[in-house]
Amino acid sequence: MQGQPLPGDAHDPPPILETRGLVKEFRGFIAVNGVDLTVRRGHIHALIGPNGAGKTTCFNLLTKFLEPTRGTIRFKGEDITRAAPQAVARRGMVRSFQISSVFPHLSVRDNVRVALQRELGTSFHFWKSGRTLDSLDARAMELLESVGLEKFATMVAVELPYGRKRALELATTLALDPELMLLDEPTQGMGHEDVDRVMELIKQVSANRTILMVEHNMKVVAGICDRITVLARGAVLAEGDYATVSANPAVIEAYMGAESEDLFGEEPTQATSTRVPATEVVS
Amino acid sequence: MMRTKLSWPSVAGVALLLVAPAVVYPVLVMKVLCFALFACAFNLLLGFTGLLSFGHAAFLGTAAYLTGHALKVWEVPTLVGLILGTVGAAALGWVIGSLAIRRQGIYFAMVTLALAQLVFFVLMQAPFTHGDDGLQGVPRGTLFGIDLTNDYALYYLVVALFVGAFWLIRRTIDSPFGQILKAIRENEPRVVSLGYDVARYKLIAFVLSAALAGLAGATKTLVFNFATLGDAHWHMSGEVVLMTLLGGMGTVFGPVVGAALIVTLQNELAVVAGSLVTVIMGAIFVVCVLAFRRGIVGEGIALYRRMIGEKVG
Ligand SMILES: Nc1ncnc2c1ncn2[C@@H]1O[C@H](COP(=O)(O)OP(=O)(O)OP(=O)(O)O)[C@@H](O)[C@H]1O
Ligand SMILES: [Mg+2]
Repeated sequence: MQGQPLPGDAHDPPPILETRGLVKEFRGFIAVNGVDLTVRRGHIHALIGPNGAGKTTCFNLLTKFLEPTRGTIRFKGEDITRAAPQAVARRGMVRSFQISSVFPHLSVRDNVRVALQRELGTSFHFWKSGRTLDSLDARAMELLESVGLEKFATMVAVELPYGRKRALELATTLALDPELMLLDEPTQGMGHEDVDRVMELIKQVSANRTILMVEHNMKVVAGICDRITVLARGAVLAEGDYATVSANPAVIEAYMGAESEDLFGEEPTQATSTRVPATEVVS
Repeated sequence: MMRTKLSWPSVAGVALLLVAPAVVYPVLVMKVLCFALFACAFNLLLGFTGLLSFGHAAFLGTAAYLTGHALKVWEVPTLVGLILGTVGAAALGWVIGSLAIRRQGIYFAMVTLALAQLVFFVLMQAPFTHGDDGLQGVPRGTLFGIDLTNDYALYYLVVALFVGAFWLIRRTIDSPFGQILKAIRENEPRVVSLGYDVARYKLIAFVLSAALAGLAGATKTLVFNFATLGDAHWHMSGEVVLMTLLGGMGTVFGPVVGAALIVTLQNELAVVAGSLVTVIMGAIFVVCVLAFRRGIVGEGIALYRRMIGEKVG
């Protein structure tokens, strides 16, 4: 890793990803509306907002799975607004998907190896024996161990329970050792212990990289995120650390009706006490 | 594990092929092998990359004519004729593939069908194909001084070609490249997100598949001494889908079994059922799709796994 911020300037490390005036229209419907986002090197940055706020669309724009209607994206100082999605990934920005995204009929180990084998540079070699990939096994097992999946290595991925699939996805993303990792709701659908473990893992792997994550679980956001951007109806509503953002009346308002229980979800009593009848529902 | 489990059928298969002409009419076995290769080439795309091409007859037909014309009119050596047909199909595969891989799913199938129809009409109009009469009287020639007009001599050449091509397909499936193909079949966006240029993988797979389908067509011309429009007709594209599904798509041996079954059935039924053959084929297709979706070999593997107590996904 290059450019590690010194403890002294930890408050303001240089940006790794910057967007200016990012807009995405779907046939007249504006899903992302003029987003200026700055993700700083070494941060765990959360992107939160009610359902339909445009978080996943943002991810799709940043990783070039969708073409922005307007605006620019800079990654590590380079303009990637017109780059191809696979080129963005090769530059070190790797994403996961909101819906569990494994290779269902490959073994758990082979899932991770698909990511690892890119570095070998033999992925077009159709005449080579598959055994040449065995050299990746040690690293694959290491990665599986880091997410607690080593016992499932030979299992077919489709047979894993949901939470474990998400863990496998994380291991596959980590296999590329990305400088910037984009995680779309990594703890969604997980039980308490799994959430804690994944949170711990994200914290641990963030040591030498930057993470931008969409996360609904406020315990995770409060626990590990350095900075939070709140998106509502495609636009940035607020930005800052957890204390600033969660105290912001506009943020509380945006979550009302849609999913106030998400923002204050850890404490059921608190959630009911802050709930106000829905005035508008964000689709 | 997969490797050792599959190697004994290969050995048994080769042994069977070597002694087959003692009991079976060699031309029938050669016909089966041509279609088996065609189906295996098709299966590389459908079963291992997840791409349904509905235009593979274009490659079979083009190569059949190209090889036929080269052998008959240009009078090139047999081996050169086979290579020309294969390379021609590969080139056509590159053109059709480049256009088709920009589309997904059913649109991909439709583009391949449309382009294959275009090829069919070109072949129908072109003078060198002799239209409905077909390109007749293609000489088999010689190979290393051996006269191939002898069915038994040709038989062993066809077996060698088939085994070689089959090995290449299996190798491809097992290779680092094949790993990425399977990943694309399983989850294309994820492969993109890992930094792979999916379009290039699909195109290479498509060209490989077209080339091997071409080799099947070239060999077929050699076996029957003629090439006809039927080789390039969309019926043929449909037939290879049927063979692959019946045998088991995504299995290594499925297309071979499917091709053997269909070819033998057609041979037998042509005598007793005449024009009802297409109806019977259609019925088989329906039964296969409804009753055993994994195909014969696929169901066999699933049954075997159940017996040894593995879970089947
Ligand atoms: N391909 C598309 N075509 C048309 N509309 C779309 C498309 N993708 C997303 N949208 C719309 O854009 C809006 C934002 O969707 P997006 O998936 O980005 O929300 P999100 O913030 O990720 O929500 P969630 O929390 O539910 O995941 C939604 O109203 C959605 O219906
Ligand atoms: Mg989303």
